[in-house]
Amino acid sequence: MNKLFLFAAFILASAVTYAGGYRVSLQGQKALAMGHTGVAVINSSELVFFNPAGLVYLEDRLNISAGVSGVFSGVAYQNSANGAYAETDSPVGTPLYLYASYKATDWLAVGLGVYTPYGSTVEYEDDWEGSHLVNNIDLKAFYVQPTVSIKVNDKFSFGGGAIYVNGSVNFNRNLNRTLTDLEGNRSEVTIDASGVSNWGWTASAMFNFTENLHLGATYRSEIILEAEDGDATFENIPNSPLTPFSNTTFNASLPLPAEMTVGMSYQFCEKWLFAFDYNRAFWDVYDSLDIDFANETPDSRNPRNYKNASIYRFGLQYDASTMFTLRAGYYFDESPIQAGYFAPETPRNDSNNFTAGLTVNVSDHLQIDASFLYSRFKEVDASYDFYTENGVNVPFSGTYKSNAFAPGLGLTYKL
Amino acid sequence: MKNILKYTFAVVAVGFASCEPEFDNPVNEEGFYTSGTADFSRYVAVGNSLTAGFADGALYITGQNNSYPNIMAEQFSLAGGGEFTQPLMNDNLGGLLLGGNQITENRFVLAVGANGNPGPVRLEGNPTTEVTNKLVGPFNNMGVPGAKSFHLVAPGYGNAGGVAQGAANPYFARFASSDNATIIADATAQNPTFFSLWIGNNDILAYATAGGSGVDQTGNSDPNTYGNNDITDPNVFASVYSQQVAALAANGAKGVLVNIPEVTSIPYFTTVPRNAIPLDAATAGALNAQFAAYNNAVLPGLVGAGVISQEEAALRMINFSAGQNFPIMVDDDLTDLTQILQGPPFSLPAQTAGLLGQLRQVKPDDLIVLPASSVLGSVPDPSNPQGVVGVTIPLSDDLVLAVTEQARVTAASMAYNATIQALANANGLAFVDARAALNRVANGGISYDAGLLTNQFVTGGAFSLDGVHPTARGYAYVANLAIQAINETYDATIPTVNIGDYPTITLTNN
Repeated sequence: MNKLFLFAAFILASAVTYAGGYRVSLQGQKALAMGHTGVAVINSSELVFFNPAGLVYLEDRLNISAGVSGVFSGVAYQNSANGAYAETDSPVGTPLYLYASYKATDWLAVGLGVYTPYGSTVEYEDDWEGSHLVNNIDLKAFYVQPTVSIKVNDKFSFGGGAIYVNGSVNFNRNLNRTLTDLEGNRSEVTIDASGVSNWGWTASAMFNFTENLHLGATYRSEIILEAEDGDATFENIPNSPLTPFSNTTFNASLPLPAEMTVGMSYQFCEKWLFAFDYNRAFWDVYDSLDIDFANETPDSRNPRNYKNASIYRFGLQYDASTMFTLRAGYYFDESPIQAGYFAPETPRNDSNNFTAGLTVNVSDHLQIDASFLYSRFKEVDASYDFYTENGVNVPFSGTYKSNAFAPGLGLTYKL
Repeated sequence: MKNILKYTFAVVAVGFASCEPEFDNPVNEEGFYTSGTADFSRYVAVGNSLTAGFADGALYITGQNNSYPNIMAEQFSLAGGGEFTQPLMNDNLGGLLLGGNQITENRFVLAVGANGNPGPVRLEGNPTTEVTNKLVGPFNNMGVPGAKSFHLVAPGYGNAGGVAQGAANPYFARFASSDNATIIADATAQNPTFFSLWIGNNDILAYATAGGSGVDQTGNSDPNTYGNNDITDPNVFASVYSQQVAALAANGAKGVLVNIPEVTSIPYFTTVPRNAIPLDAATAGALNAQFAAYNNAVLPGLVGAGVISQEEAALRMINFSAGQNFPIMVDDDLTDLTQILQGPPFSLPAQTAGLLGQLRQVKPDDLIVLPASSVLGSVPDPSNPQGVVGVTIPLSDDLVLAVTEQARVTAASMAYNATIQALANANGLAFVDARAALNRVANGGISYDAGLLTNQFVTGGAFSLDGVHPTARGYAYVANLAIQAINETYDATIPTVNIGDYPTITLTNN
């Protein structure tokens, strides 16, 4: 076991060196350690998120899982044509989850989940080269999901639930590349909206092909966060009728796209489990980020034109001893951003992601789950071509390099 | 368990260490950009208002931050460039105080007037930059607004005590190392490894902006006898300029020289239309009737008497028509007929003779200066509605740069430029052809990522609201030209800037 762990640690260490990425799915330490697979893995109440249908097959009557990750992410930007360089100084993100399920009868389980599948915090230095596109952004969305899981027979179950979302957004950018007040302070706008809520739903199915081979499918609906009467604050605006910007309210909508997952898990040689998930995220709903100001301030149109994107996830689990379960995984995360739409508030290109983790069985009832995620993004030359000045499209281009890693800890309680 | 913790911590530690994303070839890493055979560790910029970052009729902090030397120094810092200091003003108003009294005006801003039209106005407010508050130097930016070529080597030019009498320069007085210091000595005392020199503009510009009302001193080698609006003798220029280059290039310093652009394509001379006087047929006819005898009898008579040439007579003919007309003006290059016209056979009254003495109409090739825009068509005496400037009252000589005056400016600047080019070649220095560059700005414009940089007043982006000095964007263009010349001459790879990132004019209402 020691050798195996050493090997795992070595893998981790070398992965860290090449770490990249900040787009992270962190909805369960067990699943994350296996490449965030789980649509066909029956092992904990993380299924509330991954596949509600599977909850009814859990052995224990009561299952509770909770956890938190620390997301350390960074983005560096440079443009060799003019020597511009910037890097983000984003605060550590701490996405959480809490899942509980209770098997009411042999054929019915009920559950509740709270999790944060969408969110982004990116902070550049104020007035950096791309400050006309973003200085900083903080986007949060809490999902609350009451869930039922119904067993049809030993082979097949289905499940689902309603999703309540509560979100907030705070976004700051400079009005353009050059406008300042008399003292040279760049003119900027901050939009802020919180308590934006909406409803969605999820539905899923689990099929136990054999005792060792499971197939699963989960769909989570798209949820559009419609911010109404958010606060728009303009600062450092010149005192001139030619710059009619004053504090006002705004309406904007931000889509949280639908996601379809299908996958399988296969247990082999008693102690080993292999899992594969395929995600399809329906990002094409994110066509444009439009901010409509209430007063005469010109509305802000920011084409995004995202495309649907796939994620391929692979996970492996090894029951090393009664005390330890070891996990590792990999996923390839395809960027939804098309060429020419690479905006620095979500500087996200394709990423290779490496995960690992373990569970420590403290007692029959309590487990400690730990995981690591390393996201590796390739250095990419990209541009955002749809910022306009005086009716002319002014591309913002350069080279981006992102990375992220996220250590996480969780607890699982079973009764 | 203990081991697991140990390894976990080790992994976390490695993770933190590599947290910052790193490029394969970071632009801010030594060696990405190179200085070639140049050394930018101590860069000193010498020149006049253009080097200082003067814009909108004043020197102010944000303008100084966008001076072309400061932009260059920021780019130099990517390839071994050192700190670059500037004698910053105390505020963004720009006016200077001498002993508490304001001696230069605040900057221009673009304000929307009561009629809804935007136009340049002086920014209101009490400036706080006191000339006698000595700054502790030395400063890398030795640009001194108003300096002519020979001022750079003039002891006492920075003596605050001489400012009130016009014997010294208030901008240099703020940071001269001593009352007797010269600009060039204060520059060379910093032992620069690299320098830029752009001087000579004011040697013709003062004459041009004064509508040619100064004297062309070509042939007079004593600058102590020059008035402020005079053209500097090209030999004086050549002599002081070569001294300056020799002083700056001593100790093997590399540098860049910038020549003198053709000032006549700056908005100060191109904005006011030459035929700005609209007249209807009746008014034109009435005016022509008043000038009929002058055109048809007086002028031919003077030609016949040999007082003026046929050519001058043709130039002096006054003729209005329905539509847009050229205003009348005083041209001090014409023969002064005031006395002759009062004598026989004309015997005109003194006032009429005075009006006609050096009178002509503006010609299509003349240039009317920007300040004339507020004078043309105005009625200075409300009790005399017939007295309209440009129609019945001539534009004064200092408001029009006549063709002959333009020729003097061009001749002098071409002579200066020959000197600058020759010294650049002889010393292996980088050379910026600012004359060719301004021609490109004025003829078609310079394309950048959000449009065209042109010499159009207010909207063109290249020139600030004084119509003479560049905007920050214009200065950024100059910096790019210098960087390109430096890269070529010294085998360096300094990146240029994106001029679209630099502002143009400032909008504000008082």
